[in-house]
Amino acid sequence: MRFLLQRVAFYLFTAWAAITLNFFIPRLVPGDPVQSLISRNQGRISADAVQSLRVLFGLDKNENVWEQYLDYWRQLFHGDLGLSFTFFPTPVSTVIGDSLPWTVGLVGITTIVSFLLGTALGVGAGWRRGSWIDGLLPATTFLSSIPYFWLGLVAIALFAGPGSFFPSSGGYEPGLVPAFDQYFIPSAIQHSILPAATILVSSMSGWILSMRNMMVTVSSEDYITVAHAKGLSERRVALSYAARNALLPNVSGFALSLGFIVGGTLLVEIVFSYPGLGYQLFQAVGAKDYPLMQGIFLIITISVLVANLLADVAYLLLDPRTRKS
Amino acid sequence: MSDPVLEIRGLRVDYGHGDAAVHAVRDVDLTLHRGEVLGLAGESGSGKSTLAYGLTRLLPPPGVVAGGQVIYHPVDGPPVDVLALSPAQLRAFRWAETSIVFQGAMNSLNPVHRVSTQLLDVIKAHEPKSTAAARRARARDLLRLVGIAADRLDSYPHQLSGGMRQRVMIAMALALEPQVVIMDEPTTALDVVMQRQILGQLAELRERLGFAVLFITHDLSLLVEFSDRIAIMYGGRIVEEAPAAQLYRRALHPYTDGLLHSFPALRGPRRELTGIPGSPPDLRAMPDGCAFHPRCPKAFGPCDKELPPLGPPGDEDPGRTVACWLHPAAAPLPR
Amino acid sequence: MAISPSSIEQVIPGQGAMAQPSAAPGRAKRRRFRFLANAKAATGVVILAVYGLFAIIGQWVAPYDPDARSSDVLQAPSARHWFGTTHLGQDIFSQILVGARSVMVVGLIAGVLATILSILIGVTAGYLGGAADEGLSALSNVFLVIPALPLIIIVTSIVDQASDTLVALIIGCTSWAWGARVLRAQTLSLRRRDYVEAARATGERTGRIILFEILPNLTAIIASGFVGTVIFAVMSEITLAFIGISSISSWNWGTILFWAQGQQALAQGAWWWFVPAGLAIALLGTALALINFGIDEFVSPRLRSAGRTRIRTADGRTARMRVGFTPVLAPTRPVPAPREEVAP
Repeated sequence: MRFLLQRVAFYLFTAWAAITLNFFIPRLVPGDPVQSLISRNQGRISADAVQSLRVLFGLDKNENVWEQYLDYWRQLFHGDLGLSFTFFPTPVSTVIGDSLPWTVGLVGITTIVSFLLGTALGVGAGWRRGSWIDGLLPATTFLSSIPYFWLGLVAIALFAGPGSFFPSSGGYEPGLVPAFDQYFIPSAIQHSILPAATILVSSMSGWILSMRNMMVTVSSEDYITVAHAKGLSERRVALSYAARNALLPNVSGFALSLGFIVGGTLLVEIVFSYPGLGYQLFQAVGAKDYPLMQGIFLIITISVLVANLLADVAYLLLDPRTRKS
Repeated sequence: MSDPVLEIRGLRVDYGHGDAAVHAVRDVDLTLHRGEVLGLAGESGSGKSTLAYGLTRLLPPPGVVAGGQVIYHPVDGPPVDVLALSPAQLRAFRWAETSIVFQGAMNSLNPVHRVSTQLLDVIKAHEPKSTAAARRARARDLLRLVGIAADRLDSYPHQLSGGMRQRVMIAMALALEPQVVIMDEPTTALDVVMQRQILGQLAELRERLGFAVLFITHDLSLLVEFSDRIAIMYGGRIVEEAPAAQLYRRALHPYTDGLLHSFPALRGPRRELTGIPGSPPDLRAMPDGCAFHPRCPKAFGPCDKELPPLGPPGDEDPGRTVACWLHPAAAPLPR
Repeated sequence: MAISPSSIEQVIPGQGAMAQPSAAPGRAKRRRFRFLANAKAATGVVILAVYGLFAIIGQWVAPYDPDARSSDVLQAPSARHWFGTTHLGQDIFSQILVGARSVMVVGLIAGVLATILSILIGVTAGYLGGAADEGLSALSNVFLVIPALPLIIIVTSIVDQASDTLVALIIGCTSWAWGARVLRAQTLSLRRRDYVEAARATGERTGRIILFEILPNLTAIIASGFVGTVIFAVMSEITLAFIGISSISSWNWGTILFWAQGQQALAQGAWWWFVPAGLAIALLGTALALINFGIDEFVSPRLRSAGRTRIRTADGRTARMRVGFTPVLAPTRPVPAPREEVAP
């Protein structure tokens, strides 16, 4: 329990750090774009919205930084992330709310599948050294060295296009209304296969390799020799003794590299014009939509923190040594 | 002397193969009799652990058994050569007939499973027809046997002290009532008090259950007290073998003599501590003749040319053998 | 693009009691040669050297000015234009050659900066311990958990047309955390070693101990951290250029892809526009990854791919080397009748 509380405290601290960072970054932005946006939309924009943008970008020169900081927090607690420039005057929180499920669905699921599949293959490669999986390693290394977005481009060129089963862009058939019905769900799945495959192919090799190396390392531990000496079946020694222990560092590695992985996978959304946070971030960057950029960064960070916490819980369940009373 | 239970004949164990092979165990003959404690002593690098892992075929790559025989005599039934068993036969043979207690008390238990899981899985693997309740009852008995309260069954290894963990390993080794228990430095990592406690318990259990022990250690003084016979290894070969008391009273091989003078005796008259000059031989570049001659204070004529055979010394009682030109064998043991 | 957790971190502490006999410790120089004898590392170093060469001379050996337009619009690869041309008739081969410098420079600067930061923070935290360690560890964990790429994208987008150097500095400042974490763990274990304790006991200055007793033993980890950061930096830089945040006036492979994407190269069937750049990136990434495998295997020899796992026995059978079932080489004769005991 103590372990979990420590982790929660750490993630709260990290969230605070990220939010504070998010508070300071826009203060480096020259004030003009916001100011001009506000003046351009004089009359069409409510006084509240103007106030919210002013807080976000620190335009109130008569307030000191500390007061601005407190205002910023107050605003955050109301779920107010400002107004998006691109989708003006839609609030950022609404834009994010629309795209978050797409990202969680695509990136979340593929990341977990990639980890599980890669780990399973790594168990095989590490346990039976010199098997066919070992021969696969150089190829997977090459695949993982390819930028996600480029692999996506190639996938589109090869598999998508007019007349192909795989659509080259979007999250669902244009004209459909997002709903959990028999028209929308198949379309959404059809649109997600190619991006998901892209992410899988390029992210899996890291897990294969690290699990293989952990298996090799664990295989020379004394308890593996004991397990062999006990005459247990090969399967039991490989899974319950070797893989079970090799999994622990891989899970903590998974938690630690979530930040890296998510960053990379968001790019796949850009290539496929997939309506998730990554694509939204890309559009925000192109339009210099600072409030949206900030909001997306905040949400991505918090999602990664939550995922990290879940990974920690998994670790807690897997390793009895952390469960000390 | 009783019947042999485990006979090692001409066992050769290498690391690597072909020209790059390092010969860690060279033509070792050793016989373990039913119910006895045979001590195997030597410096680190003498090949004593390699011998134990080689004969059980647990040596990790690049270790290979280059040749020889390891013949096990079951209580009933014909003898089997452990080195000729198929993997499936070997799995069935392991632990049921020969169990092992390893050096690392800390690392021998799987850290992520409860003690009960690890005790029960071995019983289940070998006696798949037993009921879960019966297995659990057996596990409780086993823990009680080594003086651990049965409620510790559901502890994780990290919740036990070093001594308790090693006792759990001993309990596990006895789970299937094997005829042979191999112990590789089982008490080295423990403090002296715990060491004596566990050894006392082990002696008692052996009285009761009648298994034979191959006890491997670098601590010769421990063996003198605890074992029936002692074999001394040097440079991958057995250089002397004798009943413990005889060996202690009068060591024939200069190396044994050196080993005996490296430890203060726990009982008996005081001896002078001298140790052995020099360092263990490099297995990659073994000297010609007797491997010990560069360090031997008594080396003479033939020592650096010819390998002394292991055999009963002519002038001595027949219960012992030695490989030394000072005591040339009357008749080398037949192969 | 995921940075796979290095195995080095976990491998060093726990050696099984049955660790196989290790090779005699050789001199440092001999060890360095042995590192290059590792086929993976050697391949990686050779490829990297070729890239380095192009980064230096690419500007001069490029057959065309990468910006120069010509009438050969959107042509497939030919003898005149090895990698074809763009919609403006620019020579893609020249763009790739010239772009190598930007990629390598950014990778190098970001890698060096991140490595220095990770040493300063990781080694200090590991060596000092206590409150300093708590603070610095928390700092590196925060940086580790915050998604680096979105942060880099946002920070870079604030600056109009960020230059290579600026991009490199931003990447370097945000990607040191992994290295710092690994270095801290290893320093922590080194600190308790006898020779360091001895140096402390004899009153050596802390700086001297870190410089002469600790750092030399961290070389492999520092090197692998550096290579890992370079991979990340190169990928990030190319990503930034591809989505059009950093300056598009200078050439790098991301810029090429940016134009290819912007001009619908895919829809026009101009595969030559984006394939060479992608392969160049992938090959560079592979080379760096190979070097890191080499370092990993150098530090823990057990990870080497098993080489020959099947060996021939004396009687012509093949036996497989595997854990738990040591192969028996010599043919075993049938068990003879039990020998008569020597009568006592």
